[in-house]
Amino acid sequence: MPASKARLLFSGSDWDFTKLSMVYDAIEEIAVEELQLDVYPVQLEIISSEQMLDAYASVGMPLMYRHWSFGKHFLYQELLYRKGGRGLAYELVINSDPCIVYLMEENTMALQALVTAHAALGHNHFFKNNHLFRQWTDAATILSYLDFAKDYIARCEERHGFAAVEEILDAAHALKGQGVFRYQRPPKLSSEQQRRELRERLEYEERSYNDLWRTLPTSRGSSEGQNQAERKKKLNLPEENLLYFLEKNSPALEPWQREIIRIVRVIAQYFYPQQQTQVMNEGCATFVHYTLMNMLFDRGRISEGAMLEMLSNHSNVVFQPGFDDPRFSGINPYALGLDMMQDIKRIATEPTEEDRDWFPDIAGGGDWRRILLDAWADHRDESFIRQYLSPALIRKWRLFLLVDSADEPHYKVASIHNERGYEKIRSALAQSYEIGANRPDIQVVDVDLLGDRHLRLQHTVKNGILLEDKSRDETLRHIRRLWGYEVSLASVDVGTGATIADRASSQLAG
Amino acid sequence: MPIFIDRRLNPKDRSLANRQRFLKRAREELKQNVRDEIRNRRIDEVDAEHAVPIPKRGTGEPSFDDAKNSGRRERVLVGNKQFAEGDLIPKRGQGAFGSSTPGDTASEDDFRFVLSHEEFLDLFFEDLELPDLVKLSLKEIVAFKPHRAGFTQSGAPTNINVGRTMRNSYGRRIALKRPKREDLEALEQELALLRAEPPNQAARQRIMALSEEFERLERRRRKIAYVDPVDIRFNRFEPQPLPNASAVMFCLMDVSGSMGEREKDLAKRFFVLLHLFLQRRYKRTEIVFIRHAHEAHEVDEETFFNSTQSGGTVVSTALEEMHRVIAKRYPVSEWNIYAAQASDGDNFLTDSERCIALLDGKLMRLCQYFAYVEIIDERESEIFGTTENGTSLWQAYSTVAGRWSNFQISRIAKAADIYPVFRKLFTKQPPVGKRT
Repeated sequence: MPASKARLLFSGSDWDFTKLSMVYDAIEEIAVEELQLDVYPVQLEIISSEQMLDAYASVGMPLMYRHWSFGKHFLYQELLYRKGGRGLAYELVINSDPCIVYLMEENTMALQALVTAHAALGHNHFFKNNHLFRQWTDAATILSYLDFAKDYIARCEERHGFAAVEEILDAAHALKGQGVFRYQRPPKLSSEQQRRELRERLEYEERSYNDLWRTLPTSRGSSEGQNQAERKKKLNLPEENLLYFLEKNSPALEPWQREIIRIVRVIAQYFYPQQQTQVMNEGCATFVHYTLMNMLFDRGRISEGAMLEMLSNHSNVVFQPGFDDPRFSGINPYALGLDMMQDIKRIATEPTEEDRDWFPDIAGGGDWRRILLDAWADHRDESFIRQYLSPALIRKWRLFLLVDSADEPHYKVASIHNERGYEKIRSALAQSYEIGANRPDIQVVDVDLLGDRHLRLQHTVKNGILLEDKSRDETLRHIRRLWGYEVSLASVDVGTGATIADRASSQLAG
Repeated sequence: MPIFIDRRLNPKDRSLANRQRFLKRAREELKQNVRDEIRNRRIDEVDAEHAVPIPKRGTGEPSFDDAKNSGRRERVLVGNKQFAEGDLIPKRGQGAFGSSTPGDTASEDDFRFVLSHEEFLDLFFEDLELPDLVKLSLKEIVAFKPHRAGFTQSGAPTNINVGRTMRNSYGRRIALKRPKREDLEALEQELALLRAEPPNQAARQRIMALSEEFERLERRRRKIAYVDPVDIRFNRFEPQPLPNASAVMFCLMDVSGSMGEREKDLAKRFFVLLHLFLQRRYKRTEIVFIRHAHEAHEVDEETFFNSTQSGGTVVSTALEEMHRVIAKRYPVSEWNIYAAQASDGDNFLTDSERCIALLDGKLMRLCQYFAYVEIIDERESEIFGTTENGTSLWQAYSTVAGRWSNFQISRIAKAADIYPVFRKLFTKQPPVGKRT
């Protein structure tokens, strides 16, 4: 007994830095050994609850430029927290290299251990290995980029005034959802030095501006006879990334305004992979912490008391109420992710006949670690669910598919967990995690830069889902501000090709 | 081994700048809010903590969103108990299943948050167009003066209390039996004597013993310091608020039918400003509300602002009532008396003479300050703003104002006119400490 006691990593609920460090080392060792995780170096930062609230308000990043909307979110979060309506997260993790993990000082030692396994290993491994993050984000430069962004915007405020900067930021924020490349990979963030050089060049151009050049006669001929197809080709139209298009082509913006739009766009793009991998990311982290904590407990490194505390927290995290429960607020990504990954483990080790039918490649393969590592690396939510959601799990969760048509007085149950429904439910659930398909699809389709500069946008209407009028008008107004000339938005049905609605900025009141 | 960074000591309120930006953006709406609050609050609670709803205008964050009530959607839900394929479930109004649609953030804009004391006053002052200096002096917290309060073990060297320190040192020296200088000197003398004598066995032994003893004492003296850090005591000072005397503020108002909502609202703000001023200057302030029509009564704040009285207007009754209250409850030796009177200028024909007599003869001797505002229509302000003719009360008070420098009168038509009435009050700034 004394021997096993000595092997306990910690006892009691108070934490200190030696204990944290010991626990991290033990967890990392076992994670690398047993689960073959591959992680960035870790930086653990201890913060207080106020600082956690601060971090919430600035979309979880340690640095952020200043904007009133963050103040509004802060007030809201603070209110929820003070009223006891919502607890704070135990941790926050940043996709950066080194991987930054915030731990709350209020956590008990057991909780710190759990959170370390969850964030510092689970999320960290996912950030480092998942292809979306590897290809679309740049963990090494994000913090220096945010630092640059904060500085740059602060300097713009000094030079051009709060109001002018705010106007651009407001407009850019409105288009955040249309400010990412969904299919084409964005260029890598330029290094600090390149950014500085670019800025210096811009400043030089501003200094050496000579109004005389404007009076030079333009060569005729090139602008004439340009037909629509050529024009579109030249501008790379249609373009799905509205912010990118405005940044590059707006005739009304000054260089610093373009840079601000770029900042908003780059940050939106940075978060895009996270939105596409919620289930996988949280599932991976939850699976990792659950597996690691059990392994540590089996080896006698964690006391029963601590284990009970962790399990209690764990089960709160993966709680999934049914659709008719008042607490229901959609599918809990932690629960779905964990269950799917445990299901994969089960299929690999103890498959049933059904599993062999559905998953011939992995059923009974035995090496669940390899399968999971590959899944974490190669998939996003949509493809992961499409590939791995098993009939067994559909039955366990009693999933069913509901069709909601706006023009009918009732919902229709389209499929339930039976032989005929599995495929449909799986495909519908996967589709619901396809961010690109679920956001309004709005693209720049045409503009005549040398003519009246009328910017034409097109909203592709799928399943008859239109845009909300009020927010559409507000957003159009913002686009009008960034573009400087007339803007119009046509809604075109994807099936029939008919134009359902057309809204131009000149129709807007005020 | 991961890198650890303890951020707990980093400055908090990282979002303060964002909060300020947000308040600035919502300024107009918040100002309206503060205005409403002032109308509904008691005068002495005006600067308490203050929850306001989140402003709606100008703080929306639009984006392209799907309209909830169009098109065809598919949703996968959890926990089917009884449904079979093809079942139809009637829609129960809005949000049976749809309430949890992600992105539905309407609730986020629907909450109240607390304005800090500072932020509230800023908004209030902005409405009144107060000069910055005045704003500062109103926000000023009571002045403190350090007072001696016992001793402490830590402090600045300048505050060392020598007497107390030496007493401690003396006690410790006695307790630890630190050898005295006299004892050592006596030993030294004895040694010198012995050494001078011709040496013999006994003397040598004695010398040995004595010098050992001498060295022991010497060591002991070195070990036990004369003044040790534990002896040192510092004078302790405690900040004490400066003693401010008490002030009473009389709010006099005409409540006859001619005073409408707008007039009362302006009057209230006039009273609030004076009260804020008094609160900062005096430790204790009381408010007396006297309303009058053809006769005057002391009433509570609720009645003062909210109920009307019918009948004519006899201003002198209010002045008499005020004089009566002063005589009964507020002796001039203990109270600083301030009066603020608001009226629309109506008065009973012959009564103005009587008012002059009352003010000149009695009240102005008692009052520190008497401010009178006549609330007029905004259109009238063009006509009356500069000329000296006006209502009978105005003319009567003008003559009083000529005689007493602490009697101020003004016509106000909008909130921004209120401050000039008090200008004199705020420019004369005797140092707070000098007041008795």
